[in-house]
Amino acid sequence: MVLTRTFMQLRPIITALRRHKVATLLIVLQVALTLAVASNALLIVATRIVHLSRPTSTDEAHLFVIRNGWKLGQNAAQINANIAADLDTLRHVAGVRDAFSSQGFPLAGYSANIIARLKLEPDQKTHAQLITFYAADEHAIDTLGLTLVSGRNFRPDEIAAIGPSDKMSPPGIIVTRSLADKLFPDGSALGKTVYLPDGPTAIFGIIASLQGPLKNSGAVDGYTALVPARYLDPAGIEYLVRTDSTAMKPVIAATLKALQERSDARIIDQKQDVVTMAQVRKHAYASDHSVAMLMSIVCGLLLLATAGGIVGLSSFWVGQRRRQIGIRRSLGATSGDILRYFHAENFLIVSGGVALGALLAFLANLGLMQLYELPRIPLYAPLLGALVLWLLGQLAVWGPARSAARVPPVVAIRTE
Amino acid sequence: MWGYYVTLALRSSARSKALTALVIVLLAFGVSACMVSYAVFRATTSDPLPGKSSQLYVPLVDNVGPSYNNQGEPIETLSYIDAVALWQAHQANRQTLIYSTTWQVESGNSLVPAMSLGGDAVTTDFFPMFDVPFRYGGGWTADDDARHATVAVISRHLNEVLFGGQNSVGHEIRLDNQLFRIDGVLEDWNPRPRYFDAGSHGTVYAFNDAGDIYIPFARATDMKKDSTFAYCPTASRQSDTSHWDAYLHSECDRIDAWVELDTPADADRFREYLRNYAAEQQRLGRFSWAPNIRLRNLTDWLAFLDVTPAASTLSMLVSASFLLIVLVNVVGLMLARFMRRAPEIGVRRALGASRAAIYRQFLIEAATMGFVGGLLGVALTLLGVWGAGGLFEPNIARLVQADSSLVTLTVLLAMAATVVSALYPTWRAAQTQPAWQIKIG
Repeated sequence: MVLTRTFMQLRPIITALRRHKVATLLIVLQVALTLAVASNALLIVATRIVHLSRPTSTDEAHLFVIRNGWKLGQNAAQINANIAADLDTLRHVAGVRDAFSSQGFPLAGYSANIIARLKLEPDQKTHAQLITFYAADEHAIDTLGLTLVSGRNFRPDEIAAIGPSDKMSPPGIIVTRSLADKLFPDGSALGKTVYLPDGPTAIFGIIASLQGPLKNSGAVDGYTALVPARYLDPAGIEYLVRTDSTAMKPVIAATLKALQERSDARIIDQKQDVVTMAQVRKHAYASDHSVAMLMSIVCGLLLLATAGGIVGLSSFWVGQRRRQIGIRRSLGATSGDILRYFHAENFLIVSGGVALGALLAFLANLGLMQLYELPRIPLYAPLLGALVLWLLGQLAVWGPARSAARVPPVVAIRTE
Repeated sequence: MWGYYVTLALRSSARSKALTALVIVLLAFGVSACMVSYAVFRATTSDPLPGKSSQLYVPLVDNVGPSYNNQGEPIETLSYIDAVALWQAHQANRQTLIYSTTWQVESGNSLVPAMSLGGDAVTTDFFPMFDVPFRYGGGWTADDDARHATVAVISRHLNEVLFGGQNSVGHEIRLDNQLFRIDGVLEDWNPRPRYFDAGSHGTVYAFNDAGDIYIPFARATDMKKDSTFAYCPTASRQSDTSHWDAYLHSECDRIDAWVELDTPADADRFREYLRNYAAEQQRLGRFSWAPNIRLRNLTDWLAFLDVTPAASTLSMLVSASFLLIVLVNVVGLMLARFMRRAPEIGVRRALGASRAAIYRQFLIEAATMGFVGGLLGVALTLLGVWGAGGLFEPNIARLVQADSSLVTLTVLLAMAATVVSALYPTWRAAQTQPAWQIKIG
């Protein structure tokens, strides 16, 4: 009943709008532009949020990293002994649950020795699987807080010391489930032999998941391996430490003190070289975070601006049509009829804007895809945007429409 | 007359407070969003060496061929062989070779623990070419380069840490256990982007701080210091430094080279020289491909590397669209505002005001509103610049600053935007037929 009455009014609405071509066009244009910009901006926000909320699958709340540089003049054997003694010291600091040494850590960013290619056959001609890896020992799984789903952990005697130009040929590696399934889709990865650039190795174990050191790593995301190795890089090494509680500050201070007391063969800048995983995450995704924030703020402002515009123009129309409304009222229209009239009018105008805006949104998306790594806009994005704009329009017109509905019939005969 | 129109504008604004406030607030937000983005954009795209950016060139020679180069583009750095060959040929007024590396630094100051600090190995022309400012002393001589001298130039920051800011020229510091004589101390020098070794660093590190230590290129090479970044045309792309001489003369690309060429004719001549050099290498059998060389000046180089962060261009784009939407909005609101005053216009026209006078009145009214919107916009812009730290990455946010030009631009943009969006409403207002309005009244 209400609906039919509303539709009955469509013809007079269109006739009335024809007399305000420019003002109508302006709202249509504004709604269209808002839809085009907002849906693309929200798409950017969504992709960035998806990107920055990928889990590292580690126990981030309890993890911190020490970048330990070595003073010059130490040979490989000395560095090896230092790492072993350091790890022993670290694991005995009160509040430390476990620790291990590696050449990288999740979200650390690109460095030279974290990427490898895995082959299924020694003389495989087809494209080798790109992976990222961490040097690890038998404490790595516990330190990172990973779940071993099948197979076994490394044994202490399997951890090889590797100098900067030594070959990496471990007896076995531990891989993530996604890498295992990628290499052996039938699920038979455990125990199989795969080929690193320097030789064959077996799959000892499979962990549920673990993110590699790269943060923008579409191609290798989750294809991560643990390699039983201790890196004797004369430049330095990274210690990953897992604490018992989330209050890490005292534990960090205690570990640094313990390390310094054990030996001063190291260079650690207390400000820069000690980072918690939370800091690492914040730093790694700073730019994604900033883009997402910016876009959200602009979207919010945009919607507010559009709402403001609708309120402004609608109030003006209501003011202009006071006589007209008065005449309709004195001819028997209820205040509900007047209210519905303005809501229906607004719906009509916004619909026009939405139709044009959806088109613009797709065009803008095509342009943006050339400039930035942006996915194609999904169909539901402009639909969702349209829904928001319809709601926004109805909400914005509510105030002016109410004041219109309050216009008394007597206005029709009063001369101003 | 101006004053009168401004008074009229203020009086009519007082009559429709809500509408006026809406226009001003919208304008202020639109303009300030644009200006904050512009401040960031300006900071990340400004010319790092004004007046000289068209005379400094980056020469590139493709030494890795089609199977390892960047889809036809030479790698962004030179191999040691090519860099040294270019340097020895001395075909430019000034030229420098650069690679970045890290040092373990110790001094006589026992209070300061050993540090690991970054810096660049450079040749003497580095300092005059890039207008590097000195606080004490200066760069080393060409002779020092030739003698592989153990001399160093340190940053002001390092001088503060080691020598408490005193003139330390002539003092010695220990870099990787070798004694170096300090020849110069820099003023604060932190070019944005860090263009001079951007070729090897890539865009990710383009907004990092400049290093603390500069020593002669030949000395660093003697000490077997590898560069922080290298690109080797091997299956693993990694460098093997275990055999230093073999590594040095390998095709690994790792040196940033710059030449200073005063005129375009000089640049053409240098380009010709580069082409001949590459052709010669092809004749000698080192390259199995036709000469593939590039010579870009600083401006083109930064554009080619695309150092401007995506967040900066994206926010510029989005805030410009925001301003556009605000303007469409303002056109509508201005239309409403002016049409509401049809009776007033009718009376003014009937009393003898010309159309031109109506135009003047309403455009001045728009400009007045734009001015007020601009002032509010300035406040919001300052707020935004202040809050940029929370929005942009720290190393970009701290580049952003408000200055008088930004403030002026904000007000001007607001006024221009309002006047432009008032053009159509004003035209409509000027079309008002006086007779009609008076008759109704």
